[in-house]
Amino acid sequence: MKDSLETRHITDESQGGAAPAEGLETRRIGSGSAPASDDKSTRQIAGPPATPPTTAPAAEATRPITPPPTTTPTEGTLPRGTVLQGRYQILGILGMGGMSSVYKARDLRFPEVEKLCAIKEMINLAPDPQIRATMIRNFEREANILATLNHPAVPKVYDYFTEGDRSYLVLEFIEGQDLEEVLSEVPEGEFLPEKQVLEWAIQLCDVLIYLHGHKPQPIVFRDLKPSNIMLDSHGRIRLIDFGIAKVFQSGQKGTMIGTEGYSPPEQYRGSAEPRGDIYALGATLHHLLTKQDPRLEPPFSFQERPVRQANPSVSPEFEAVIMKALEYDAEKRYGSAEEMKHALLGVGRRIGYRRPGAGPAAGVVLTGETDLEASETMALWRFACEDEVRSSPTVADGILYIGSYDHNLYALDAETGEFLWKYATEGGIASSPYVSEGKVLVGSQDRVLYAIHARTGRIEWTCPTQGRIYSSPRVEFNHVFFGSDDHHMYAASLQTGRVAWKVDMGAPIRSSAAIAEGQLFFGCEDGSVASLDIRGEMRWRFRAKRAVTSSPALDQEEGLLFVGSMDWNIYALDARSGWAVWRFRTSGPIVSSPAIHQGVVYVGSADGHLYALDARNGRVLWKYQTEGQVTSSPAYYNGAVYFGGVDGCIYSLDAETGDLRWRVKTGGPVTSSPCVVNEVVYIGSTDRYVYALPA
Amino acid sequence: MGFLDRLRRKRPSNDKVRAQEEVSERGAPSSDALAGAEVQPSAGPQEVEKASSVMRVGRASDIGQVRTTNQDALVTFVAEYIGDHVDDAGMLSRGPFGFFIVADGMGGHQAGEVASSLAARVVAHQVIETIYLPYLMGEGPEAFQDPLTDLLGRAVSTANQAVHQQVPGGGTTLTCALVLGRRVYVAHVGDSRAYLVTDRLRQLTQDHSFVGRLVELGELSPDEAAVHPQRNVLYRAVGQGDHLDVDTYSQLLPPASRLLLCSDGLWGHVSEEEIGAIIASTPNPQKACERLIEAANAAGGSDNITVVLIEIPD
Repeated sequence: MKDSLETRHITDESQGGAAPAEGLETRRIGSGSAPASDDKSTRQIAGPPATPPTTAPAAEATRPITPPPTTTPTEGTLPRGTVLQGRYQILGILGMGGMSSVYKARDLRFPEVEKLCAIKEMINLAPDPQIRATMIRNFEREANILATLNHPAVPKVYDYFTEGDRSYLVLEFIEGQDLEEVLSEVPEGEFLPEKQVLEWAIQLCDVLIYLHGHKPQPIVFRDLKPSNIMLDSHGRIRLIDFGIAKVFQSGQKGTMIGTEGYSPPEQYRGSAEPRGDIYALGATLHHLLTKQDPRLEPPFSFQERPVRQANPSVSPEFEAVIMKALEYDAEKRYGSAEEMKHALLGVGRRIGYRRPGAGPAAGVVLTGETDLEASETMALWRFACEDEVRSSPTVADGILYIGSYDHNLYALDAETGEFLWKYATEGGIASSPYVSEGKVLVGSQDRVLYAIHARTGRIEWTCPTQGRIYSSPRVEFNHVFFGSDDHHMYAASLQTGRVAWKVDMGAPIRSSAAIAEGQLFFGCEDGSVASLDIRGEMRWRFRAKRAVTSSPALDQEEGLLFVGSMDWNIYALDARSGWAVWRFRTSGPIVSSPAIHQGVVYVGSADGHLYALDARNGRVLWKYQTEGQVTSSPAYYNGAVYFGGVDGCIYSLDAETGDLRWRVKTGGPVTSSPCVVNEVVYIGSTDRYVYALPA
Repeated sequence: MGFLDRLRRKRPSNDKVRAQEEVSERGAPSSDALAGAEVQPSAGPQEVEKASSVMRVGRASDIGQVRTTNQDALVTFVAEYIGDHVDDAGMLSRGPFGFFIVADGMGGHQAGEVASSLAARVVAHQVIETIYLPYLMGEGPEAFQDPLTDLLGRAVSTANQAVHQQVPGGGTTLTCALVLGRRVYVAHVGDSRAYLVTDRLRQLTQDHSFVGRLVELGELSPDEAAVHPQRNVLYRAVGQGDHLDVDTYSQLLPPASRLLLCSDGLWGHVSEEEIGAIIASTPNPQKACERLIEAANAAGGSDNITVVLIEIPD
């Protein structure tokens, strides 16, 4: 068994009694140069793409590192014009990597025509004659296996021979471009067409089916990647660079090693089996569709980078096939290339792709989107107001409170939806009620904050301001804190409504305050986020580029404040000082207020997505695309996230994966934010209804 | 009346006096406005200022027992302003500003030491210019639209360009930490590490090492990793190309905690338990650094060892 990262070879047996391979074949920028010492602390850098030469083992260098890119042929390469075996005239170098070079050569046995071939040269540096002999035997055995292959996607082997410490394999010369080159020519901001990549994928499955079905042993290619796949002059896929060079890797102390990016995790334990090629095919397809070079990404990070995150034009079906091929656990991948090909043909049918010369596609069209979107759940009840419901509900002691643009604050029985009472203000209610000490507090566009007896609906007190109230009240320390369009943040006594203080923030305040440890945090329409202490003293101010209507969410344990802005960013601020810790830019303004649960920030954007971000650094964990803006604020409940969409739907997503659990269509945009209590989701819609849905 | 006026009016012009007053107020806050309310003493600027009183730092770098050169580089920068001036925003607290770098270079023919040294100096220069100098002149969060982690990440990217262009064949790890108030902001590439030290060690950074990634995925055990032929392969380092992805982190600093930055010459030789024990038993951070170096050398010292230890005040 191999203990290493050698790129590929034909069968496990083919390595025979050769000394254990030392490591990954170097395929990295400037892999020439200083080999590692055996020193434990020697460090090497896995390099990005490209493949310049390796030769001279330098002495003594302590820290091997990717040397500067160079294309200068090293001493060891054959000069142009050299003739091997009296027959093959070297015309130039096609590529170099690891311990091998590939030349373009002319076969002089055909003097009348220019018959081209590719010659792969492998240098045998093993000092021990016994080992050298073993290596040559292995090389010849592999060459023989290759020579028996007969598949249109596998280049023909014409000849092989050994001269001194170099062994040569003569191969069919393939005119064309490799897929890495093809990909590099795709303009910035564009992608390869999905159907094109799908066709290549199917052809690659075909050749893998052939190799894996080889008798007596399956042939594991081991190094499938865009640079090893040629597109010939007929537009067909050809595999190149069967990894015979590996035989000569043994004994090369300190050969530099890079992460290949396309190989499956188990290959680095020395395991090579057909499902490793399935993974590499998945990795190749991922790279082709996303343009994210896996050699530049953390190893084995595909699962964190779903295809459609980078390229939403790819169908979810194709993405699913690729992500299954890329499972870390080989058991979870496709069991065979046949199985994967079958799945790819299914993708073709769903996206309406007809293979060239494949005859009319069968069963072309999908049965419709509905089966992808989960079944609709039935509302437990709904209650009709007289105008749009943009306010968000609050439930306390079995009673649901919600405001409406019809000017009323409603109290409904949370279980049945039965009407209990309503209180009429002089303006539409866009803010959300807050319940404390038997009082319902709510602001209205009539500029007044109301305190209403929660059971009876009788007015207790009012607190007039000079501007409309969109900010929702919060209660702490026996005081009500709320903002107004009159630019002030107010603190009023919960008992009497008497204003204890108000602070002029210089702009309307529509954001609702987060309160913790005696501090208030809220946004202003001039783009600032402010922190006041409960005496109204300014602690700090941060300034976004556009209005902050979103209400901040506080993670007390981490000391971070999360808030969205109309400048398209969600910000994480240090709650003590106001310094911005990170920001994440969406593709649209953010009105939605974030929800935080166990290190994950959930927030909607006008770009149509609901995002789940890592609270530590703002990285996207997942995002879910709706068909309209998301201005509603998400609520987390029991492993699920709930929110409304301007597309009229109420959504429930799996909080961990972002997968749709269910969605329910209402009759108008849903800008209200859900409240989830006792397994029931309560939310309003601009279709005038308040809905109660099973969570 | 605007809040700024209120603030200006309330704050005496002498910082030290004010600080004293506020500290003395803490136990019994007089809240005329919120009479009767249950008022918590606010954890405000006083604490930031208190924190400013001390930031003790230890640092040491050693060639080790085997190498002939030290390719590590380190930077420590601790700055403090204490004075009379109250700035326009009414916020005078220029609390302590600490910035620290550990870089571990690689590449032969001196490229390693040139790379780590250049990268560390470029990062320090840019951070002082884009963060510290404005901060010194009174700019607060309101003036910085870019998150601090972005600014750190950008400084590392600048260093990446510099190394890539000026030091062929050289590369370096780089882990840097900005300590401001109660939070540390970290930017990181490679396998040097930042740890938060409380009663245990918590690694804040993730190694960009190939074998480390295999361990994370459960493909290798830590024991297998320790002897794996690719154990020193990095998949990301400063100076390896035009573009570099820089990891950034931030972390609230508990009172009396410590922050440790180190190269793999320390963590590769000395267990986290032992590192924690040495730090816990050595109150003086400089002494602790020296003892950590001794421990790494005692364990073979096959690599350069660099350590920076920052004591976060109570």
